[in-house]
Amino acid sequence: MGCQMSQNNYQHGTINRRQFVKELVDLCPEALIVTGLGSPSYDVFAAGDRPQNFYLWGAMGAAAAMGLGIAIAQPNKPVLVITGDGEMLMGLGSLAAVGAKKPKNLTIVVLDNGHYAETGMQRSHTSLGVELTGVASACNFDWTLSVRDSALVSELAEKVNAKNSCGLANIFIEAVDYPKALPPRDGTYIKNRFRQHLGFEPF
Amino acid sequence: MDVIEQTLQHHWKDEIFEIFKRGGVEQLVYVPDAGHSQVIKKAWADDVMTPIPVTTEEDGVAVVCGSWLGGKRAVLLMQSSGVGNCVNMFSLIKNCQFPFFCLVTMRGEWAEFNQWQTPMGSATQQAFEMMGINVLRADSPQSVPDVVSAGFDAAFVGGDAVAVLLSQSLIGRKKWDVK
Repeated sequence: MGCQMSQNNYQHGTINRRQFVKELVDLCPEALIVTGLGSPSYDVFAAGDRPQNFYLWGAMGAAAAMGLGIAIAQPNKPVLVITGDGEMLMGLGSLAAVGAKKPKNLTIVVLDNGHYAETGMQRSHTSLGVELTGVASACNFDWTLSVRDSALVSELAEKVNAKNSCGLANIFIEAVDYPKALPPRDGTYIKNRFRQHLGFEPF
Repeated sequence: MDVIEQTLQHHWKDEIFEIFKRGGVEQLVYVPDAGHSQVIKKAWADDVMTPIPVTTEEDGVAVVCGSWLGGKRAVLLMQSSGVGNCVNMFSLIKNCQFPFFCLVTMRGEWAEFNQWQTPMGSATQQAFEMMGINVLRADSPQSVPDVVSAGFDAAFVGGDAVAVLLSQSLIGRKKWDVK
């Protein structure tokens, strides 16, 4: 569909990322959230800082794999990975790791604008014919959801909160670079407060 | 038990698993290697430990950090060739000061038939060290339990990041049926 369109005016989706993420996080108050570096970290922070958010600022490709580790360690909590198409593409193999274990409390949400926003809006593979929902289906996920209408946010939140299936939702968002909302960059701090929220003390 | 498994049975492998059990490890994350096969097999048969196979080693680094965020101890098993895959992902450990314990079976250092293993095998220790991970090494079967246990405690009691290298000489020569 979009493969022949030019670099500059291609729009992958129409959903406002900031609004969508804010609504999703508000509907999932119990969720332990891991964010992929770049815009997803800014979106989740802009929705309101909370101790059970772990914001990645680097380690590109780590988000889904970290979510897998958390979900297996905390089977009674909903775990939500919120990342971008570029970050998910770098960790594609982690979808196989997730699919081989399928924790029932893990949801991966990809904010897909078809571009690498952080580095100047170069086209990514998802706007060049690659479908992450197809990859997740082939990796044995219980469900996938292609979201082109922001009204689906409540259905998605229900799936997150139900903790009875492992899924991936691809959110087709506008390729718009919002003002950066910068979460804390001190990794030790965000690690310790995340654990403290779950009742674990630092060393 | 087939012939390959029989030749790979070693007492020190059972001791490694016992150290993990006593240490409360609940996730065993791995890219497989013949040298880890006994430990992996035991993890699959265990009621408490969840074995998590990953397709590439850097994913394993992220999984074990996630496990610690969730309040559990996880260990990572790989072969020396996988250490190079992890280099940028180790920044997660350094930035957040995650406790980290990794067990590495060495290739490319002792009676190696396949020289494609040698470049990464020769650089394994430096790759860890340049990213701030301390390296211990076990060269004899007798030393394995002590070295593994010391590294494990440094990680999960002391909060350190530690890799233990298991010498290729421990595993023995890989048999190649060259005609």
